[in-house]
Amino acid sequence: MSQPVLSVRDLIVEIPTRHGLLKPVDGVSYDISPGEILGVVGESGAGKSMTGNAVIGLLDRPARIASGGIYLNGERIDNLSLAQLRRYRGKQIGMVFQDPLTSLNPLLPIGDQLTETIQEHLGVSGGEAHNRAVAALDEVGIPAAKERIGSYPHEFSGGMRQRVVIALALCAEPSLLIADEPTTALDVSVQAQITSLLKRLCRERGMAVMLVTHDMGVIAETADRVAVMYAGKLAELGPVREVITSPRHPYTDGLMGSTPLASKGKRRLHQIPGNMPRLGQLPDGCAFHPRCPYTQDRCKADPGPRLKTCDGRAACWFPLDGAQAAKGVA
Amino acid sequence: MGIIVSVKNLTRVFDVSKPWLNRVIERLPKRKLTAVSDVSFEITENTVYALVGESGSGKSTIGKMIVGLLPPSDGTVEIEGVNLATETDAGVIERVRSDIQMIFQDPYASLNPRWKVGDIIEEPAVANGDATDGLAEKLLEQVGLSASDVRKFPHEFSGGQRQRICVARALASEPKLIVCDEPTSALDVSVQAQVLNLMSDLKDEFGLTYLFISHDLTVIQHMADRIGVLYLGRLVEEASPADLFETPQHPYTQMLLEAAPRMDGFGREVTPPEGEIPDPINPPTGCAFHPRCPLAIDRCATERPVLEQKEKARVACFRAGERAI
Ligand SMILES: Nc1ncnc2c1ncn2[C@@H]1O[C@H](COP(=O)(O)OP(=O)(O)OP(=O)(O)O)[C@@H](O)[C@H]1O
Ligand SMILES: Nc1ncnc2c1ncn2[C@@H]1O[C@H](COP(=O)(O)OP(=O)(O)OP(=O)(O)O)[C@@H](O)[C@H]1O
Ligand code: SF4
Ligand code: SF4
Ligand SMILES: [Mg+2]
Ligand SMILES: [Mg+2]
Repeated sequence: MSQPVLSVRDLIVEIPTRHGLLKPVDGVSYDISPGEILGVVGESGAGKSMTGNAVIGLLDRPARIASGGIYLNGERIDNLSLAQLRRYRGKQIGMVFQDPLTSLNPLLPIGDQLTETIQEHLGVSGGEAHNRAVAALDEVGIPAAKERIGSYPHEFSGGMRQRVVIALALCAEPSLLIADEPTTALDVSVQAQITSLLKRLCRERGMAVMLVTHDMGVIAETADRVAVMYAGKLAELGPVREVITSPRHPYTDGLMGSTPLASKGKRRLHQIPGNMPRLGQLPDGCAFHPRCPYTQDRCKADPGPRLKTCDGRAACWFPLDGAQAAKGVA
Repeated sequence: MGIIVSVKNLTRVFDVSKPWLNRVIERLPKRKLTAVSDVSFEITENTVYALVGESGSGKSTIGKMIVGLLPPSDGTVEIEGVNLATETDAGVIERVRSDIQMIFQDPYASLNPRWKVGDIIEEPAVANGDATDGLAEKLLEQVGLSASDVRKFPHEFSGGQRQRICVARALASEPKLIVCDEPTSALDVSVQAQVLNLMSDLKDEFGLTYLFISHDLTVIQHMADRIGVLYLGRLVEEASPADLFETPQHPYTQMLLEAAPRMDGFGREVTPPEGEIPDPINPPTGCAFHPRCPLAIDRCATERPVLEQKEKARVACFRAGERAI
């Protein structure tokens, strides 16, 4: 096995509040290998973005990394200074967010933003940076890249803007890309263009990608492995086909069952009872136990199940086998 | 079963010109945007008619014209045989109006944060002058919340619960038709399942009819009895879910189905669609899809295809039924 590009170990993110300490990310560990796309799914508030933001050192105060380690190509990066981190961002880690406008300067032509980033991180001459900027736009499928390089962000459609952001995130040839809901605001035809672009670039460059989304279809088609998050913890982690077709964690099973596709031909969708608890009101033991159809006494007592204290695939004391998990897609 | 909604040649044009003074100074022409163009369809009582299409295709504009929030530029909307735009009998207008309700995408924005849930729910009934004793309590229980929630405020509820409150409010005037504009797009799949199940149950229980607007094909497939596909303000295909998903006849429908991500599409290599949706202010001539259509022929650039019966579907395409992909 080659060394993973990204290793996250027992990551805990804390938010001190008046009502006590919240842990939006609580003991998360995973690796992403070169050329691999890890999908991260889970309901709103599960801690997906917080995990990604911790990796790139972009946690908003008062959230902070409380413990754990983050390693990029074997080097520890969670204890770097802000200045050092800034150098990593852009050069080694590219970022794409849901709203392309957060990553682009509205007052600068896109070409200037690209050449600036390329010069800063690759140390090439202005002329060479310009050529590379055109090539980067060309690579993400901006038609007539040479002519469009002087255009401002607002002169592009939403889908085109997201491509410019991807070009910007990748122009310094980072080894890791963090994409947080990169296609959520886009139409399906544009979404298909962006996801196939991401897949191609990942394959061609051997880049590692962390793809955060709540769309199971996008995950199935794009990711190699998938991490399912629930209330700040990893509920399940495994190869995408296995997790989707035969989930082991009851939460994953419920999630798959509630998608309309899984209930094809059925009049009613499967419903998970109740709602995801708020961070300040997590139950003891397994955080999913009040909603789980398989709860037993052990589930209610601390310590709750963790991936590494269970079978490494599902954080559950009584994981489902293929036969039980009948609610997922066949 | 009867026809509850009949839409004929519905068209809506927006004036998107710059202000008059700018136009004079900058010598700009008037600019018109045709959001909906010559759309006709009917909705049968106690069924779900779904409108699907990408952003800007005119879904919401059609919904607003049907509930009477927006007047058509051309064409007609008849609800239970009554055209609200031309009807003069105030009693008839009031009766028909109270038969229609609308649910919007954002359950956060559509509930007044300063009103108690009970007052929010009863408001349409109050507007009708109906009795409201115990109404909110009863409706809350019908949508799976509790009667004691009437005294709470919207911020005390989760997204899915708020959307149920919106459903409860829509039910207060005992409508026959509910126009739902992306009712679950802001919700997680698990919460979406709760809301969609609720909507199906209420449809059976009260004989409701829905116009269901969404861009999510899997949701549409699950909910719809009949589906209309919109492209750039035009209805390009209409069929039952089984026919539409098995044998899409219009090249745009085929492209849309091909591009949509599938939960069983592991490692699927999609040939991404070419091009983007054109500028609605200067739509292409002839068939609006022709610049992106793999089947386009000369005729498509000059002549607009009309929506015609083709087997069990209605399709607007000169080469309907041929496979583009
Ligand atoms: N300043 C804060 N104070 C308290 N809680 C916070 C704060 N910032 C974030 N949180 C909580 O942290 C949790 C994790 O949020 P995060 O943004 O990572 O969720 P997510 O999984 O990305 O959700 P979404 O799908 O909505 O983007 C949420 O429950 C959120 O309410
Ligand atoms: N009040 C308005 N003034 C000017 N243009 C408008 C107005 N309302 C809608 N439009 C335009 O009409 C077209 C259709 O808009 P509409 O909101 O009906 O689309 P939609 O299919 O609901 O899209 P979405 O999926 O983004 O909600 C768009 O090009 C839009 O910009
Ligand atoms: S540990 Fe128990 S409660 Fe938690 S998911 Fe597994 S069976 Fe359900
Ligand atoms: S009418 Fe012509 S351009 Fe339009 S969809 Fe049919 S074949 Fe394509
Ligand atoms: Mg997020
Ligand atoms: Mg809309």
